[in-house]
Amino acid sequence: MSAVLPSVVIDKSNSSLVASRLLRWWQVLLALWVITMLVPFLNLWVPDGHWLHVSDYLVSLLGKMLCYAMCALALDLIWGYTGILSLGHGLFFALGGYAMGMYLMREAAGPGALPAFMVFLDWKALPWHWALSDSLVVQLLLVLVAPGLLAWVFGYFAFRSRIKGVYFSIITQALTYAAMLLFFRNETGFGGNNGFTDFKSLAGVPLAEPTTRLWLFVISGCVLIAFYLLARWIVGSKFGRLLQAIRDAESRVMFTGYDPLRYKLAIWVLSALMCGVAGALYVLQVGIINPSEMSTAASIEMAVWVAVGGRATLVGPILGAFFVNGTKSVFTVLWPEAWLFVLGGLFIVVTLFLPNGLLGLLKSLKRRVKP
Amino acid sequence: MFQRQLRHLLLATLCLLVLQAQAAVSWRDIAAGDTDDRVAALRNALLESNPRLQPFVQALLDDKVRVSPAGVWIVEGEAVRDFAADQVAVLPADAEEVSNNNRMRRELGVALAVLQLRSPKLAQREQAVQVLQEQADIKHQAMIEQAWLHEINEPLKEQLQTLRASLLLDAPLVADRILAAKWLAAQGSPKVSALLEARLAAETEPAVRAQLSLAIGQVKSQLDWGERLGLLFAGLSLGSILLLAALGLAITYGLMGVINMAHGELMMVGAYATYLVQQGFKAWLPGLFDYYLLLAVPMAFLVTAAVGALLERTVVRWLYGRPLETLLATFGISLVLMQAVRSLFGAQNVAVENPAWLSGGWAVMSNLTLPFNRLAIIVFAALVLGAVAWALSRTRLGLFVRGVTQNRAMASCTGVNTARIDTLAFALGSGIAGLAGCALSQIGNVGPDLGQSYIVDSFLVVVTGGVGQLAGTVWAAMGLGLINKGLEGWAGAVLAKIIVLVAVVAFIQKRPSGLFALKGRSAEA
Repeated sequence: MSAVLPSVVIDKSNSSLVASRLLRWWQVLLALWVITMLVPFLNLWVPDGHWLHVSDYLVSLLGKMLCYAMCALALDLIWGYTGILSLGHGLFFALGGYAMGMYLMREAAGPGALPAFMVFLDWKALPWHWALSDSLVVQLLLVLVAPGLLAWVFGYFAFRSRIKGVYFSIITQALTYAAMLLFFRNETGFGGNNGFTDFKSLAGVPLAEPTTRLWLFVISGCVLIAFYLLARWIVGSKFGRLLQAIRDAESRVMFTGYDPLRYKLAIWVLSALMCGVAGALYVLQVGIINPSEMSTAASIEMAVWVAVGGRATLVGPILGAFFVNGTKSVFTVLWPEAWLFVLGGLFIVVTLFLPNGLLGLLKSLKRRVKP
Repeated sequence: MFQRQLRHLLLATLCLLVLQAQAAVSWRDIAAGDTDDRVAALRNALLESNPRLQPFVQALLDDKVRVSPAGVWIVEGEAVRDFAADQVAVLPADAEEVSNNNRMRRELGVALAVLQLRSPKLAQREQAVQVLQEQADIKHQAMIEQAWLHEINEPLKEQLQTLRASLLLDAPLVADRILAAKWLAAQGSPKVSALLEARLAAETEPAVRAQLSLAIGQVKSQLDWGERLGLLFAGLSLGSILLLAALGLAITYGLMGVINMAHGELMMVGAYATYLVQQGFKAWLPGLFDYYLLLAVPMAFLVTAAVGALLERTVVRWLYGRPLETLLATFGISLVLMQAVRSLFGAQNVAVENPAWLSGGWAVMSNLTLPFNRLAIIVFAALVLGAVAWALSRTRLGLFVRGVTQNRAMASCTGVNTARIDTLAFALGSGIAGLAGCALSQIGNVGPDLGQSYIVDSFLVVVTGGVGQLAGTVWAAMGLGLINKGLEGWAGAVLAKIIVLVAVVAFIQKRPSGLFALKGRSAEA
């Protein structure tokens, strides 16, 4: 019952200070690098049927997971390190995806032609927000600007009014829900419930080609590595320490003369940008984006990736995203009805028994083996 | 003597005339030939009062009539009758089926309705009036006039009068048209308004025009009132649904500070409990089906309260004071509950029927009907609210709950079993969610996703109203309901919802602790 607890709760179990090094940072980097390089190799040069062969399906699955891992990392920066749980990261992810999708739809339709869904709706002209959608540069900028701007405006007002904790989570959820309703409408010009699909090429390069897919996979891997390094740099910097201080005792940070608003806003916008990029790469590899990415459940699932992997660590979220989505793929093939039980169970088990996630579990196991 | 003879003579002539008239109906002309001619023949036949016309029209509509150059035959299974002679016959080889195109079918339907106006059965007459309201024209005027004169059922007589007036609007006599406009002015239905407008466009007589404009004004203002009241009612109805959904949350979240993302799924559990009770009544007590809600309401409460107590003991209890973790864990619970229901009952919606006394509505005005189930929910929400307020302020449990909320340590020192109170309070909040689910089952679909659509809304209500405040919850629920429905009028349902969501988000920026913020020391916690 929070009403009687003191307003400053220092949850030591979250603090990265407690976390002993399970993996050195260069080991993580190496692992990511090896995956990024090895998967295309195993797909292309190991013959089909060989036990080491990575199928096209697996490549696209892993590529998807790389994007999810970016989201998890982004969410970890804001939740794990700054203590702000966002239930709206699905929105930023989808915005990035939609910005990319707009360009792909235009290219699939051909120069001057309307995207298929607009023809279907019997529209005669492009809506205003599609005006520059035939330019790849503009749309790539929009991948950053759309989530970034929304995050900045929303974050500015929210943090200025010092909305925190659960209140913040709920209003991010409401915002995402509102956006989902908006994108479901045909009038808003984002393809209604079907969203965007049937992409053909990116700047003339056909997307269905196996080599294009591998390139996209490699690019996603590299972006994830870049994000990991960026996050590592931020967490280690003074800025990162301030964020953690805000998480643990915001009032004290204020009393020592810092304005938490600026720091919170900065990491919030950065996190949204990372999600937007992840969304764009996701759309390129998966070939579809629709409003269900903005559903309440989609955003909360991101939180569970982080929680399962281990909050306030940088490897944790990446690990969690791979673990949860890997399990999901296995279950949806073998036993689809059971997946929601497993996912729901994960939520409960992780929060009740594994406050530091899988990483924490591994650490304590290691400690037990080598006291 | 002479007079009597004359009277006899007259009577005889009349009889002869009637007989001749009866004979004059040419069945073949109605059944065969060009559609225009058939329509004309049918309309002429309507002017006679031949009792055999009705079965004939019915037979035509049922495709039982065959024609040949020699006459018309009615085929009833194996039996064939010569209709004109009214006797059993053999179907001639050249008899053809009568095919009716859409126009003919409509014409036949209207004719049947006109004939049914004389039916001794009230239900048939009512049905006939309904058909005629859609399709009658000035040619049926005489028959409707007759029916109006002889009608004894008051509401139906009024309907006939309106029907008659709407036909009279096109009458050749100015006085008739003015009279019609006057009568219609009191009938506030959208159709009448359209009728009057159409007449106004065609009317040239200034006196009638003036009367028509006046009548249109009156009808419009009546319709406007109906619309406004309808909007108000829709707002209240939505508000009471939101209130029911949020009341349980006001206890679990507002008082206990537990973010229960599974609240919507608890509502779903309540709805399914109602469904099961309904199925039980169907199977074992079909005679008492109308009263199944009397058992369903307590069952929904108890089942969900039990589920809630179980959740509190197994999960929520360990997460007190860690709201974000609670949020995630209860979201996990909601996934599990949803999937469990899906596995047990299937992913499809299940059918929960209204008992007879909840179906239908109260027609207040021509364009305002208040459905009984919505009215019942408003009453139900008020009752539940009263019960919760009473439970919290007047009972021992309520006292303990408030005590534990305000100062857990002190409550514990005075001998309150705080752990037990936590469980009971959570069970109470869950049980109210179950009641909300039971209410929702009466107006909407019951499916595994039922709770999903309410969770965001109900959190917004609690957050807008201010945490820990029943009064705030009530105001927020009603306010959001009314604003939502008010906006729907000009922005559409989805856009209205988005505007409300954005407005609430903006509102929370301005007043982070809701409408009724707690003041003083407890506000900081």
